[in-house]
This record gives sequence, structure tokens and C-alpha cells, in this order.
Amino acid sequence: MARPAAVLDLDPATVRTARRLAARVAKPIVRLAKDHTTVSVERATLRLAGLTGADPDGTPWPNRLVDTVRADVGIEHGVALPVWDALVRGEAGDLTELAGKASVGSVRFRLPTGRDRIRARAAAKKAVGAGVRQLDASRRQRERLVRKWGDPPRQPWIYLIVATGDIYEDIPQAQAAAREGADVIAVIRSTGQSLLDFVPEGATREGYAGTYATQENFRLMRAALDESSAELGRYVRLTNYASGLCMPEIAALAGLQRLDMMLNDSMYGILFRDINPIRTFVDQRFSRQVHARAGIIINTGEDNYLTTADAVEEAHTVTVSQLLNESFAKEAGLADWQLGLGHAFEIDPDIPQSFRLELAHAMLARQLFPDAPLKWMPPTRHMTGDVFRGYLLDGFFNLAGALTGQGILLVGMMTEAVVTPWLSDRDLALQNVRYVLDACGGLAEDFRPPPDGFIATRARQVLAESIELLEAILDHENGLLDAIADGTFGLMRRPADGGRGLEGVVQRAADYLNPASDLLEATQ
Amino acid sequence: MSGRVVRPYGDTTGDGMVQLSFTLPVPHGKLAEGAALQLAGRMGMEPALVAHSKPMGPDFTFFVVYGRVNHLVNLDEVRVLERDYPLLTPKEANQAIRRGLGRRLTVIGACIGTDAHTVGIDAILNVKGFAGEKGLEYYRELRVLNLGAQVSVPQLVARAHSDQADAVLVSQVVTQRDAHLHNTVEMSAAFREAFPTGQQPVLVVGGPRFDEQMADALGVDRVFARGTTPGEVASFLVHALVTSKAAHGGRKTA
Repeated sequence: MARPAAVLDLDPATVRTARRLAARVAKPIVRLAKDHTTVSVERATLRLAGLTGADPDGTPWPNRLVDTVRADVGIEHGVALPVWDALVRGEAGDLTELAGKASVGSVRFRLPTGRDRIRARAAAKKAVGAGVRQLDASRRQRERLVRKWGDPPRQPWIYLIVATGDIYEDIPQAQAAAREGADVIAVIRSTGQSLLDFVPEGATREGYAGTYATQENFRLMRAALDESSAELGRYVRLTNYASGLCMPEIAALAGLQRLDMMLNDSMYGILFRDINPIRTFVDQRFSRQVHARAGIIINTGEDNYLTTADAVEEAHTVTVSQLLNESFAKEAGLADWQLGLGHAFEIDPDIPQSFRLELAHAMLARQLFPDAPLKWMPPTRHMTGDVFRGYLLDGFFNLAGALTGQGILLVGMMTEAVVTPWLSDRDLALQNVRYVLDACGGLAEDFRPPPDGFIATRARQVLAESIELLEAILDHENGLLDAIADGTFGLMRRPADGGRGLEGVVQRAADYLNPASDLLEATQ
Repeated sequence: MSGRVVRPYGDTTGDGMVQLSFTLPVPHGKLAEGAALQLAGRMGMEPALVAHSKPMGPDFTFFVVYGRVNHLVNLDEVRVLERDYPLLTPKEANQAIRRGLGRRLTVIGACIGTDAHTVGIDAILNVKGFAGEKGLEYYRELRVLNLGAQVSVPQLVARAHSDQADAVLVSQVVTQRDAHLHNTVEMSAAFREAFPTGQQPVLVVGGPRFDEQMADALGVDRVFARGTTPGEVASFLVHALVTSKAAHGGRKTA
């Protein structure tokens, strides 16, 4: 992506301060993430080693196996040693067979020592290493296909959502959207999948307001979009959602099936889904390491802040979250081009100068993260069901995106808050985007707000408030964890010992072994 | 003809003009336009004018049609099923609670029985919410305790006691052998037994297969069916616990 020119008069020292503060906030959290493992991290490791499928009740084999190992020897040492020790001992021919036997109690796991440990470690490393090489292969294949078919001809990339609940309905809709000009297709997940502590199996045809994220659904949709890419002569990207209790596993499946972007926010699960903070941070780090290795662009979830809080008063919480997301992401090995930091057009249109305020916020993000492909999210909160007014608002949203050089533009639907998008809604929305980009796609180069004008002043104010908030977080005894616990972010108080998924978090023992973590750490 | 009769208004009284947009699964062309006119005619638009038609991919055509409808509406025959409580925004709900009660309302939510589907209760309670509305956790004046799935009735009653719940929300998604109905009846009976008359929390049950008319039969105060949004639930709670408190006489806050 071409580096945008710096047009706001921001003090470079202030920007450096903001980044330094974010890094200080992130540091103890990273230490925490390195000290713990979770059931989902362990299951992801098994998935990288090729374990798929589910028992007749639909419980995935990775869950079965991890639960059994945990009951026998705990997971604080990692499941790799006991699992591959059992395989080396000849308890089963492969992981699936082992999981089957484990689930009926005919295998007992132990923690191998001495030569047994060395043999188990070597076997685990080999099996998991094959999965990591598969991530590498997917990444190379994407690079090859992008060279062959090409990137979208212009920016921002046009991002469209499909969400029928049935993967076989999603596919023609996604292909139609690609034909109409979508560069990125996101398949919205079934409501509440983020709270499932397992990844469903197989192709699915029923969901609640969305389609389940499964390995098979990923594969089917990627194959369909490869067809479309070949037909259209540009590589159409595929997005899904890692957030939730299964971040590491979904990240691994996305990497294996060559998804191109993943929603992955550092705090969304904590604040909006009441997932335990430690669980979230541990899972997030592992999942981002997988994304880094797989060449996946992450999309962060700052738009969520603005759907709950006032988009003017709380604008700085978006900036703070972007800075934290950047800090965590860099630590996990993601490069700038992989950071689709989120922000949204959610200011009440009845507020005077609302569009200028939107421009100020969008330009601030653009300038703070010049090498990141920012993800620009359309209005939802002030979409009322008046589809005509909504269409106008979406036009202004598109204009702000063009004017401020956003990297990824999520196409707004005029029927937001009325129905899940119809075929015609998507087509009309894309006409709206195309009109704006054709009419003034290069307007950014003509647009230089005066340094002491409304926009530049507002941007500086938001940055200053962001620094204050970061300092307030650091004033807490336990930094970010305490800040999350006392409701510093919005109304939600999320204590570190509360929330969903805490029972799946374990402090690592001194002899913890996870070949996936070892290989992924080495990536950096 | 009796009563007040109206027709749609374009720019002249009684002109009956409407606009309509839709998509047909027919490739763009004469046939598609003819099909659109036929549809408009059958919908009572006569004459109809296809103002705009545009291909949406190779197999679909989008239309904007203007026309005059020949239907009449008699206002005296319009029957409206009014919601018996007003819909409030989160801000209005918070204000009503603050003013009317002077303390936060405690709401306990759970899936009872073996039902592990928390999708419904989470959509109503999680901040993330549903259908563009924030969940009850977002309401400053609501203290929300989401007990999650597979909560037993005795556990639920005990928590309602210990946390002095004003309202208990129960979600039931699984409906095999009418499990949702049996569970609800068992739950409401347990609350009646455990709390003195007039002291029990407001009981609300919801799920995709419930019939909203069944509240009395199930022994609960309200039943919510498919598509209910958090705002509707919050508005009902405010109505039941604050606004119409007089009707409930001896509630514990009185």
C-alpha cells in the first residue's frame, strides 16, 4: 500500500509518547500470555498436527483428546508430550485413533521422562512442524495467486459481508458480490459462536444470523472464491472471525485453509462477550502468531466501542485500542501491512459538523498508522430503517474513506437495522462505493486541512485524550487488567478472575512444551 | 361506504401513487420487465410504470416501479395490536429506573435444564446485543447476572434469593418433547413455592418456539418469542417493575 502523506500537523514527539505508553501497557500482558496456556491453544496445536473430525455426538476430537489428557496429567506441561508419548508407545496409529481410544478410556496418558521424553518431543515436533509448514505453503500459494491474478486495482479494498447461515447459499452470494466488485468477502459467523468452546465440524447449513466457522466451510468458500478470482482476474480475499473462546484454533484453521483476513481484537472478547481477560490475552497472542506466520491480515474491532459509547466523547478510546492492538500485534510478529486496525463512522449525523469530526478521527488514524491498511467501518448505530437517508449516510461514509486514504472499506448497507442484506442491497451499496471512488478517488491528494483548523485541532485533541487514558491505565497497580476490571473501558467491569473460559486457563509448568509455540516464536 | 377511507398520496389527494422496489430471478430484458409489470398489476398497481430496471449479475434484475394502487384503506377497520408497554431507549429506561426506584434493578438470566444453547440469553444480555440493540449489560441501571447454561431450577431460585433478583430471565432453545414448556412450568412453580405471594421476581421466559400468548399457562409474567430484541425486554422490565409498580402492590420495594 502506498504510504499516505502526513497532512495533519501532529507533534512527532507526542506520537512517540503515545506508542511508548501503549508498549508499557502491553508488556506485562505479554508476560502473562507467555506464562500460561489454554485448552484452545493446546487444541490448536493438535489441529496443526492434523487432528480433525468429531465423535458421533459432534464433540470435536481435539476437545476429546485435550480433555482426557487434562484429566490424566493436566495441561500445564502442554499436551504434546503426553499425546506423542502415547503414539510413540504404539497406543494408536494416529491422532484420530488415539482421540477415539482416549474418549472411551482405553488409553492412559503419562508425562514421559528421560529418553521417552526426548522421543515424544521429536515426534511431536515433526507432526506439528508439518502443520506449520502447511501454513507456510498456504501463504506461498496466496502470494503466487496474487501475482497471477493481481490485487484489486485501487484502494480502499471493498469488503462485503455474506451471512445466510447456509454455506451453500453463501457461496453463490459471495461469488455474485465478487463479480459486482467486492475485493474481500467476509462470512459472518452464527450469533454467539464466539462463546462456543469448540469449533463445529463439517459443512453447515443452519446458523443464527450467520454461518458457523468450520474448517470445511472455510475450504468450500476459499475454493469458490478461487474460481471467481480466476474468472475476474483479481485475487478475491476471504475473511472470517477468530475472536472468542477458540481464537487459536480458528486461527490455525484459517491459516491451513488460506483465509486472507481474520477479525482478531485484543479486548473485544473481554469487554463485549465477558470472556476471561487472561484467557483472551493468552489465546490472542497464539492466534496472532499463527496469523503472522500464515500471512493473514488481522482486522481489529474498534468499531464495537463506538456502537456502545458516544463516538465523539469516546473517540480517544478507539485510538487507545488501536495503539494497544498495534503493540500486541507487533510483539506477536505481525508486520504493519497485516494490521487492519479498525475504526468506524458512527457519529450522530444530527450533531453539527459531524462529517468534519469523522474526517478528523479518520485522518488521525491514517496518520498514526501510515503503513497499516486501516479498516473503515460504516454507520450502523444511526441507521434508522429509513433506507433513503441511510443511503446518503453511506455515501458520506464512502466519501470519508476516499478522502482519508482508508485501506479496507466495509461496505455499508442502506437496509442496516432492517434485514440481512438482500442481493439488491449489496448491488446498490456497491454502486454507491463505485460512484464515490470513480468521482473522487484521488481527492486525498488535494485535501490539506489547515494546521489550526477544525479538523487538525480535533485530531490533536483526541490524541491528547488518548495519552491521558494510557497514563490512567498505567496508574493502576496491575495496569491493563485492573483498568479492565474497574470499567475504564466503557461501562463494563471485567475482573481478571471472572468471565467465561477461565477454567480453560492454566499456568505453564517449567517443563511446558508446545512445538507450535516454539516454531511460531522462532518466526519473529 | 362508511368510515374514513384513504389512499396513498403522491402529490394529489386520492391519486393512490406508490413506489416499490424488488428483484426478480430473471435475466435483464423485455421478459423481465413484463414480469415486473405483471407482478405490480397483481399487487393492485394499475397503471404501473417500470421507472428503472438493472441487471444484478447474469440471472437477476432489480426494478423500481411506480404506479397507482386501486386499494382503499378504511381507517375505522384498522385494528392495531398495541404493545401494552412503551418501547424505551436505554437512556429512557435508565432514567425511569433511577427516578422510579432509586436503585439498580437486578436481573438474573439463565438457560435451564439440559439446554446448552446460550445464544438467546446472550443476545439479550451481552453488551454485544442483537439486531443492532445493545444487551441489558449495557444499561447502567440494570445489574445483570448471566448464569449461563444448564442451570438447575433450585440453583436459579437460590441465586434469585441471594442476589435479591427483581427479574429472572430464562431462555429455552431446545424444544424436543416440549422440554421448553415443561422446564418453564417447573421453574415458575418452584418460584411460587419459594417466594411469598407478591414477592417473587418477575419471571420472563423466551425462545424461538414459544407462543407469546402462553404466559398464564406457563405461570410466568411474560413470554418472548423469536426475534425479540434486548430493548423490548428492558422496556418490559421497566414497565413491570417500575412504571406499573402500583399494579403489583406489595412488591418488596414498595
